[in-house]
Amino acid sequence: MAVEVPLEKWTGKIREVELGGNGRKSLVVGGAATLPFLHFEAAIPHRPAVAMEVQDIYPGGWSAHLEAAWGDALKDAGAWARKATEFGADLICLRLVSAHPESGNTGAAQAKATVDKVLSATDLPLIVLGPEVPEKDNEVLVAASEVAKGQRVALGPCLEKNHRTIAAACLADGHVAIAKTPIEINLAKQLNILLCDVGMPANSILMDPTTGALGYGLEYTYSVMERLRLAALMGDGMTAMPMICTVGEESWRQKESRAAQGVPASWGDIERRSLVWEELTALSLLHSGADIVVLRHPGVVERVKAAIDQLMA
Amino acid sequence: MALTGIEIYKLLPKTNCKKCGFPTCLAFAMKVAQKGIEITACPDLTEEARGALEAAARPPIRLVTVGSDEHKFEVGNEVVLFRHEKTFYHPPALMVRVKDNLAAEERDKLVSEVSRYSVERVGIVMSADGFAIDNDSRDAGKFAACVESVTSQVKSPLVLMATDPAAMEAALAKAAGRRPLIYAATRDNLDRMVELAKTYNCPLAVSEPAGLSELAELTERAAQAGVEDLVIDPGATGFSASLQVLTQLRRLAIKKMFQPLGYPIITFPGDGATSVEEEAMLAGQHIAKYAGIIVLNHFSPATLYPLLTLRLNIYTDPQKPIRVQPGIYQIGEPKDSSPLCVTTNFSLTYFSIAGELESSGFPSWLLVCDTEGLSVLTAWAAGKFDADRIAKSVKEYKANEKINHNSLILPGKVAVLRGELEEELPDWKIRVGPLEAMDVGSYLKTQWKP
Repeated sequence: MAVEVPLEKWTGKIREVELGGNGRKSLVVGGAATLPFLHFEAAIPHRPAVAMEVQDIYPGGWSAHLEAAWGDALKDAGAWARKATEFGADLICLRLVSAHPESGNTGAAQAKATVDKVLSATDLPLIVLGPEVPEKDNEVLVAASEVAKGQRVALGPCLEKNHRTIAAACLADGHVAIAKTPIEINLAKQLNILLCDVGMPANSILMDPTTGALGYGLEYTYSVMERLRLAALMGDGMTAMPMICTVGEESWRQKESRAAQGVPASWGDIERRSLVWEELTALSLLHSGADIVVLRHPGVVERVKAAIDQLMA
Repeated sequence: MALTGIEIYKLLPKTNCKKCGFPTCLAFAMKVAQKGIEITACPDLTEEARGALEAAARPPIRLVTVGSDEHKFEVGNEVVLFRHEKTFYHPPALMVRVKDNLAAEERDKLVSEVSRYSVERVGIVMSADGFAIDNDSRDAGKFAACVESVTSQVKSPLVLMATDPAAMEAALAKAAGRRPLIYAATRDNLDRMVELAKTYNCPLAVSEPAGLSELAELTERAAQAGVEDLVIDPGATGFSASLQVLTQLRRLAIKKMFQPLGYPIITFPGDGATSVEEEAMLAGQHIAKYAGIIVLNHFSPATLYPLLTLRLNIYTDPQKPIRVQPGIYQIGEPKDSSPLCVTTNFSLTYFSIAGELESSGFPSWLLVCDTEGLSVLTAWAAGKFDADRIAKSVKEYKANEKINHNSLILPGKVAVLRGELEEELPDWKIRVGPLEAMDVGSYLKTQWKP
């Protein structure tokens, strides 16, 4: 009995977005003409990338297991970025935490210095994220944009509220905008359209659909991403931007990744559990269409990269 | 896939003979479509039409029950490829493998630990679903003894794993009435395993790694021999092959209604994995992408709890999100001087705010009102999150007994409720929190004092 496997005739494909280049390592994400890792159906030219998160100040309230894995590198964004490079990151995701009004309220000058430091510490492509307070994001991301001119970094979060400012910076300095919307397919599409309307090239946009961690809304993110990916493959070019998920940040915030005591014995060993929490969040979202996952723990990076190796083989 | 009345009508003789009791064939067809009468009431139905109708009535993936009485699970009967298209119905069973050459003491400890394991999440109690007993020793006597020992210890559903029919029969005799899944019929032993499945009335797994065509040939043979409760093992291992093969199987069943492969799939994510974590990730893939039964080589709460959580997430019906039980929740270990926030019982709303409070460094009380599963703004707009309801919840759940202050923090999006709520709760101080859950940490840092 000959079994004929049904193939979908997709008319669309995910846009290719390039980061880095110009002396820096270059990285292309997207380009897939089918659902994640279905090599039997169509070409998947680029593997999903693993970004490692670096912060501009010593992270407050991090799990002891994260602190132990990174050691003193956490004290300096440059050292941290170098270590992430050694740990095998495909790119660095620098979060300008200190720009948040409650975490130091630092401004443009500090942002410039930090971005400059990280750019010289590593030759990997860079993502720069603001504190997600639109006024402050405008200030520090514009500053970051200027320092990184020509290095094609990804700047975010670019919200509906401040998309004009972020787009203008990206256009002026040749960067990529990370369009962030709250777990909703139409809002995601709408923001892409708005960005294109103000002149952003469609191949300079990444989508951040907002990440729900395992147990904390993962299924919403998972399904919105599947729907975005399906819409793109069916030919909707305004949903065809590659997707980025801030897995580490969301996963490590949750009680399951933090609480060593006062939790049921059935939760198991805290160290293994917290890493598996980040791994399963990452793995699920890679299967629903993530092109970049931002991770925190080096052990998780190693295992997620190994899984991606297999998935791309 | 159910047929419409018109589709059924096309298969009828169209003679309007009235022998079925209906005035016309069309009227009869309509009644059949509504399941008001059996198609067999038509005495002149052709064999061809009967076959077509039976095939249409069959679900694309057969529902298979493993276990008996109250100690059983059902897998299969899925109807979509993506959960947002409808929902996934039958969560994959997570089974723990027990090798028959484990020392008795070790084995009993494992079985006891797994069977006692349970974990609660949003009011749902989750646990492993049973055991896969593996004839690793290749010794029929040892296998039967192991099965006998496990069945005397627990009543959980079982998978019996052996390729030697004699060993399988010895084990089945020790599991009488339990209706374990027989794993597995292969091209070498199919006929004898089929006989055992019939004799002991058990579901049968068919394993064939050579390809889907070869696998389909075996399931056809088993079905023709009279065993229809089948589970399939395409033998795919590793992340890439298993995703691709399981996706192909799901597509064949759902999109092509390809019956020979329309059965639940059993997977073994630990085979070939180099660590417990890798096994967990592969099991995670199988939960999201199409497994019906997942056999784990390791029992480890630190990986099982995340996997059970993932299964809960993926198998949540997207048409009706999980509601959180209304009440007062402790976030961290709050004291009577800790902040008290109020929110709705839409699960995503609850998780957003609970997650933020968790990471804020402020142990808190979270009062969850019954808004019938709506989020803050939607519930407010629908009149299900108003001052009256909030005041009632405060009283019903005795919020005042938890705290030594009288401050209640409202979501910023319903700031408009403040005045009314102050009238409803005259002894309380109503404060307006941030618009977004994300900002609650900084709100508490800068503004919170009892």
